[in-house]
Amino acid sequence: MSIPVKDDEIDIVIGALHADLTSFMNAWRPIFTRFHLIIVKDPDLKEELRIPEGFNLDVYKKPDIDHVVGTSTSIIFSGYSCRYFGYLVSRKKYIVSVDDDCLPAKDNKGFLVDAVAQHITNLTTPATPFFFNTLYDPFTEGADFVRGYPFSLRSGVTCALSCGLWHNLADYDAPTQALKPEERNSRYVDAVLTVPAKTLMPISGINIAFNRDAVGPALLPCLRLAGEGKFRWETMEDIWSGMCVKVICDHLGLGVKTGLPYVWRNDRGDAIASLRKEWEGVKMMEEVVPFFQLVRLPQEATTAEDCVVEVANAVKEKLGPKDPMFARTAKAMLDWVKLWKSVGVSSYSPGA
Amino acid sequence: MATVSPTPLLKDELDIVIPTIRNLDFLEMWRPFFQPYHLIIVQDGDPSKVIKVPEGFDYELYNRNDINRILGPKASCISFKDSACRCFGYMVSKKKYIYTIDDDCFVAKDPSGKDINALEQHIKNLLCPSTPFFFNTLYDPYRDGADFVRGYPFSLREGVPTAVSHGLWLNIPDYDAPTQLVKPLERNTRYVDAIMSIPKGTLFPMCGMNLAFNRELIGPAMYFGLMGDGQPIGRYDDMWAGWCTKVICDHLGLGVKTGLPYIWHSKASNPFVNLKKEYKGIYWQEELIPFFQSVTLPKDCTTVQKCYIEISKQVKAKLGKVDDYFNKLADAMVTWIEAWDELNPSGAKSAELPNGAAK
Repeated sequence: MSIPVKDDEIDIVIGALHADLTSFMNAWRPIFTRFHLIIVKDPDLKEELRIPEGFNLDVYKKPDIDHVVGTSTSIIFSGYSCRYFGYLVSRKKYIVSVDDDCLPAKDNKGFLVDAVAQHITNLTTPATPFFFNTLYDPFTEGADFVRGYPFSLRSGVTCALSCGLWHNLADYDAPTQALKPEERNSRYVDAVLTVPAKTLMPISGINIAFNRDAVGPALLPCLRLAGEGKFRWETMEDIWSGMCVKVICDHLGLGVKTGLPYVWRNDRGDAIASLRKEWEGVKMMEEVVPFFQLVRLPQEATTAEDCVVEVANAVKEKLGPKDPMFARTAKAMLDWVKLWKSVGVSSYSPGA
Repeated sequence: MATVSPTPLLKDELDIVIPTIRNLDFLEMWRPFFQPYHLIIVQDGDPSKVIKVPEGFDYELYNRNDINRILGPKASCISFKDSACRCFGYMVSKKKYIYTIDDDCFVAKDPSGKDINALEQHIKNLLCPSTPFFFNTLYDPYRDGADFVRGYPFSLREGVPTAVSHGLWLNIPDYDAPTQLVKPLERNTRYVDAIMSIPKGTLFPMCGMNLAFNRELIGPAMYFGLMGDGQPIGRYDDMWAGWCTKVICDHLGLGVKTGLPYIWHSKASNPFVNLKKEYKGIYWQEELIPFFQSVTLPKDCTTVQKCYIEISKQVKAKLGKVDDYFNKLADAMVTWIEAWDELNPSGAKSAELPNGAAK
């Protein structure tokens, strides 16, 4: 049932927030070596990157970013947002992206999870957003559509986004992790499911994959908290991007899946110390969620680029007055589309 | 392992409703888990047959004669020769919670080999809030070892009351006849260790094999329709109840969960027999799904009964032209509510909820 995919249709994009990627790359080596990698160095990182030999990769650093993007844009590619530069310059159909503090996880039988293979399977089998299948992914081995599932909805739609999960350090916000400092996620939920149409969710950027041809421009580095930092619980950029992607996928009739694969996320950071910065993000969601629940895109918006522009305009109009951060975000979204249209199609390689 | 407070038994607040036409031997395996509870057995088929109930169970049993005697002319809404008759059990129960299970469903084992106490898990699901307004990627946030993920709005973290707990099945999966014919040997061996809220606005196929619900919150919506003898359709009873229930839950701001617990489904019914029963349903559901997806209930429908009567009116208006069956079904839906209200006079049991509390 799945579309056959060649290795050279996939890019693995890693945002390097840590200079020493040796143990990260070596842990992923059995899974990553077949593929082309794009490593984008956080422009704020001063140290030289240390990357082990034996990979087919391109590395982009601050000078490369500046050269490509120029100064006319409001987009800031620092911190976790650096990975979006990789999405911009990639020319592959599928992108898989994991944080550089994540390692391969083990499944419930003790085997190492090939997260890339699972993401690609998710992206190349249909999604079923219009009716919930109680046996979860009907296209997986050993499962199917259950009694009562309408036949006309069984061919499904293209899956544009695959959201994976995390063992050990789950993607909690700072207050939650601070309240439960010892809590670690060890549960292996052996399922992939389609998130229903019109249902919103927090899409974490820690472990995702997407169909760049279908939704590339909809993943966007546009919302920056004033206190944005180098720990996931000091950011909301991916959550914002994810809300945009989901609304756009719903509008375009594309699917979003969640569940497998798991990655193992290393312990890092101090939730209590981050609490001060994180309150902004937590408060922000209270405004953001009702906005996305109500936003409607016009029928004429038939591409991801068009949809981003529509969402940006709605953000400016409805959220802009509430907080200048949203006005900046709306502008950044329009800048992103411009950037995507100019850079996303031409070809570029990094200087020596 | 963290200490978790024990799940209350609720033995005086929960009835187990079992439809049967053959025998109740399966209860022996469930004895350790079911014995504390009161059973309501709805005997389908020939009322002169004596159904033997294993020793030691506290139960009441109703056959067709009892149903006719108790409901009089309203008995026409209760199906004959179909497990849909089980909803009579929901109506006569006086308890707050119902668990219903098929007589070919047995105790399953979890991946560690331990017997699964399905009833206990359903009770946990019903006593714990649902989160239908925003999807949590770590599934049930109230479960031990899980929580709400980053980005989940704090204002939605209290959740809403859970009206329905929909369990799943290992071994013989709940497939329709065409799928059974194509994959006769497929067995469900995947244990998915999750419970999740079905999001607001999303419909699902509700299976009645392993189902629990809060009768006070949603009972009147659990009408299993006109199936079996004299009817053009079968094996859509639980589907029909599920679609009505979900629309009403969405309107009243109640939650529906699916996932754990698993039971072991042992008997694969004959796919050719099933095909004959389902055949009309398979193409009717192409009309039914858009119908349920577009049903809107007015603000003044603040009780389950009012919502249900409103749906019956819309069934008649919009589905009557698909087939005359739906006119009969719409009438039966009204009869069901009349019978429900007669047997359950309003007072403490009929919960009036503020409508549309949904965010």
